Amino acid sequence: MPSLGADMEFGTLVQWRVKPGDRVRRGDVVAEVETQKGVFEIDIREDAVIGELKVAEGARVKVGAPLASLLTTAGAAERATPTIPTPAISPEAVSPVSAPAALPSPERLRVSPLARKVASELGIDLTGVVGTGEGGVITRDDVERSTVRGAGITSEAHVPGTTPAPPTPSEGPAPMAGMRQAIAAAVSRSKREIPHYYLTRDIELGTAMSWLHSANASRPITDRILPAALLLKGVALALTKFPQLNGFHVAGEFRPSADIHLGVAIAIRDGGLIAPAILTADRLPLADFMRSLSDLVRRARSGGLRASEMTDPTVTVTNLGDDGVQTVLAVITPPQVAVVGFGAITERPWAEHGLIGVRPVVTASLAADHRASDGRIGSQFLAELSRLLGTPEAL
Amino acid sequence: MTSPDVRAIVFDAIRRVAPEVDPSSIRTSERLRGQVDLDSMDFLSIVIDVHEKLKVEIPESDYGRLTTIDEIVSYLEARIAATQDAR
Repeated sequence: MPSLGADMEFGTLVQWRVKPGDRVRRGDVVAEVETQKGVFEIDIREDAVIGELKVAEGARVKVGAPLASLLTTAGAAERATPTIPTPAISPEAVSPVSAPAALPSPERLRVSPLARKVASELGIDLTGVVGTGEGGVITRDDVERSTVRGAGITSEAHVPGTTPAPPTPSEGPAPMAGMRQAIAAAVSRSKREIPHYYLTRDIELGTAMSWLHSANASRPITDRILPAALLLKGVALALTKFPQLNGFHVAGEFRPSADIHLGVAIAIRDGGLIAPAILTADRLPLADFMRSLSDLVRRARSGGLRASEMTDPTVTVTNLGDDGVQTVLAVITPPQVAVVGFGAITERPWAEHGLIGVRPVVTASLAADHRASDGRIGSQFLAELSRLLGTPEAL
Repeated sequence: MTSPDVRAIVFDAIRRVAPEVDPSSIRTSERLRGQVDLDSMDFLSIVIDVHEKLKVEIPESDYGRLTTIDEIVSYLEARIAATQDAR
């Protein structure tokens, strides 16, 4: 069971799309999994032959637990996938609309008081956390690590004194409550752990917007490009020069990513937020980028996101311009180290060469992890973004 | 094509991107964006959907005239009529 976000502990295997003996290729969808954030397609990372299916449809499975065994294409070695080891696996069959699935009643948990407090603040269910302290005591580190691995939070988890979320994800208001909790856990952790710094820069888009309007005038409706696609592609390209902003801060150190998988914050219609990635965004030509973006937005809202799109974002962009906001100072999604924000593109007075004109302008912002980069890097990144958006034909 | 058909196609396109909306609650003479939670991607999806059903071109420069359902319907009817006259 892959972790589909920093905040996931369990997933329910909704449906298998393969059976033992099936030959699969990297990228093929092998199963569908439901989490607090909806239903996702699990795509496989390598070519293989499906061995044994270890989990029944309807089972609720802990992150890290094997779903199936794979035979390598050579057919010899059999091994479990994914490779993350996990303690007790107790997949329980739950029918999608049945009464709440009862968790196995846990043995008395040994928890440090601080760990209990942190878990309560984050809405983490301690029964899912593995203690590494003396005698198996759950420590604060264990709790916080559980949010990193995605273990710990369940849709049943709740802060004492508040109304517990209804536990079955496919019923009534439950998905929303689950998503709210998932977001709460991720942003709380971000603000607790990540020393953010913030920079903003106004970017003049006169050239970019005229280029876009004339490009769109000669395109069929179905191939039209939104200004947002231009901004996001600019971010992906600018990041190629600033590896300090693209990657993960894990285990006390920053690990840059060779690929740029651009997480796009997408508002879910009934509320909530999800940030799946456009994979290798810097290498997509603008027209392909636009198609990927609209496809991603559609699937984020109607289902069909892939596991790889959820696990892989190396950086995030949030575009709040549609409602007219000018500046967005965003919260970094851990373990990422940067988030770029865009407000509305509006006509504003713009002084240049001693003259004032009226131009389309957007305020771009960067929130970055000060452990991984400094303000100078961030300001150079925004300058590069501005330069790129001034030459839209090169995007 | 009569007006109710065009109107139905427009409502259908809106329902496709915003299934939670009750069409009867939309006031057709008021700004759509204020009543239905639509972003620019949703609006583009609606334009594409309507284009594919009615086979009319909707230039980007006309988007600004398409803020209410009534405006969208009369705009589309005018475009359809212009296409038929040209034949």
